[in-house]
Amino acid sequence: MSIDTQLFEGKLIRLAPIDHEKDPEVESRWTHDLSLSRALWRKPAMPLSIAQMKKKYEAIEKEVDESKRLFHFTIRGREDDRLVGFVRIEGIEWTHGIGSLKLAIGDPVERGKGYGSEALQLILCFAFSELNLYRLSAVVSEDNPGGLKFFNRFGFVEEVRRRKALLRDGQTWDSIHLGLLRDEWLARNLKEEDGHEK
Amino acid sequence: MKNDLLAGELVHLTAENPEVMAKCFSRWNQDTEWLRLLDTDPPRLLSAKKWKEWLEKDLEKDTTDGIFFAIRTLEGETLIGFIGLFDLYQQHGDTLVTIALGERKFWGNGYGTDAMRVMLRYAFNELNLRRVGLIVFEYNPRAIRSYEKAGFVPEGRVRGAMLRDGKRWDFLYMGILREEWLAKGNMTS
Amino acid sequence: MDTNLLHGSLVRLAVEEPKINAEAYALWNRDSEFMRLLDAEPAYPPSVKKLTELIQKDQEKDPPPFYLFAIRTLEGDKLVGYIGLDGEAFPHGELFVGIAIGEREAWGKGYGTDAMKVILRYAFQELNLRRVSLDTFEYNPRAIRSYEKAGFVYEGRAREFLFREGRRWDLIFMGILREEWLARDTS
Repeated sequence: MSIDTQLFEGKLIRLAPIDHEKDPEVESRWTHDLSLSRALWRKPAMPLSIAQMKKKYEAIEKEVDESKRLFHFTIRGREDDRLVGFVRIEGIEWTHGIGSLKLAIGDPVERGKGYGSEALQLILCFAFSELNLYRLSAVVSEDNPGGLKFFNRFGFVEEVRRRKALLRDGQTWDSIHLGLLRDEWLARNLKEEDGHEK
Repeated sequence: MKNDLLAGELVHLTAENPEVMAKCFSRWNQDTEWLRLLDTDPPRLLSAKKWKEWLEKDLEKDTTDGIFFAIRTLEGETLIGFIGLFDLYQQHGDTLVTIALGERKFWGNGYGTDAMRVMLRYAFNELNLRRVGLIVFEYNPRAIRSYEKAGFVPEGRVRGAMLRDGKRWDFLYMGILREEWLAKGNMTS
Repeated sequence: MDTNLLHGSLVRLAVEEPKINAEAYALWNRDSEFMRLLDAEPAYPPSVKKLTELIQKDQEKDPPPFYLFAIRTLEGDKLVGYIGLDGEAFPHGELFVGIAIGEREAWGKGYGTDAMKVILRYAFQELNLRRVSLDTFEYNPRAIRSYEKAGFVYEGRAREFLFREGRRWDLIFMGILREEWLARDTS
């Protein structure tokens, strides 16, 4: 990694800004899959119209620009620039060097192709080498085992379990906080460079 | 985890752009029978433009005391009506529901009942409410039958609350409790 | 029906004119030890005007974004701190509680534990919550003891979350479930 490494370019995907023309329609469609909303947020899963999505994007960009505590990226296919997901670091506290991660590949058909993994690798590098954050959190619900496995693969460790914090379909689920320290990420990268097994 | 929480057997519930709903509202509102089945307010004939402004303003409000969906048929994606929750009291887990099918061709064919079933599942499984209530007019037997099919139970009447065509009519209050909904075996569908 | 829902045995919780509370809070916020025990954000004393506006805005919203109460002693009616519930209660029935005793002479007298008892009763009996959570800093053992006394259970820690005084500190998470609160002896 050096100054001339492209922080936002992967092999399959790139991290990119919001396309206010094309993206609202795509993400509005994703929001009609409530299982995705449930995996991402605590508030009631609710589909959004294209108009609502447009407003949401405007609010996101305003916050990125003004608060300086949020970085929001779209994940786009390298070949055709199509929107496949988003990844963001939010709730940044600069004096402590901390932030919280959210990542989603919107269409189930696009999952399992390595897009999420590549996006996560790019964002971890960005967070630790460019934002100089000390640690990252991710909050995942117990009813999202895929999400837990995903973050675990990259070294995130379970740190907190808010018991029965969520109630869905008449069942309670724990809310799990995961954490990854920069030192741990650096150590993993070194191991990989040495060709050791992950 | 189901991703078809908003899909039934005949319809699914969606979020629409203001201009789409506005066009529908201004057309449906010309059908005074539909209006009088739905609303106590005297019909005002508002333009699509006015409806759009009203819906856009509604979009600005970030209220937690209600929720609004459009009803679209699964086959053909026709926008046939709307369904929503209002007067939602979060800490008590109680809400009122309203539903209206603006497209006449779809009356009496189970579309309303299907939409109501989906809404109830969302209310009990996503919003974790404890009860859902509604008010229906005495002179709307088709709706009353549909609500009974969906599991609503009569809870009382407000006598002579309405005056239309020279006659007095009652409001009927109906409700369904979470336990009753669970007993109907609606957890899986 | 319990009409004294907001009264404890040492303190009561109150909602007051923004300016009254703002003046007290502004004074406490000049105590940087107080600020650093309370908040992750850099200790920065806000003005009375700013605090008044914040409290006012909160009081004007319905429902309130933050159920914020002033803590007053039953004896002497002294304003000693504030306590509040924060987050989105709906639809999961969980809120985070935050408490601050601003008057130093009031530290260690049980006011915090009593206020916490009252807010838990409010949370479970009035707001019908299913659980109450909190987070607190590793370097605040007095608070942690007080929370344990109130019935909170340790649920984990975000490692090395804070950076203060040249070293890193964990953020401790605790929670109490409705069932656990019901099982405790309620006075």
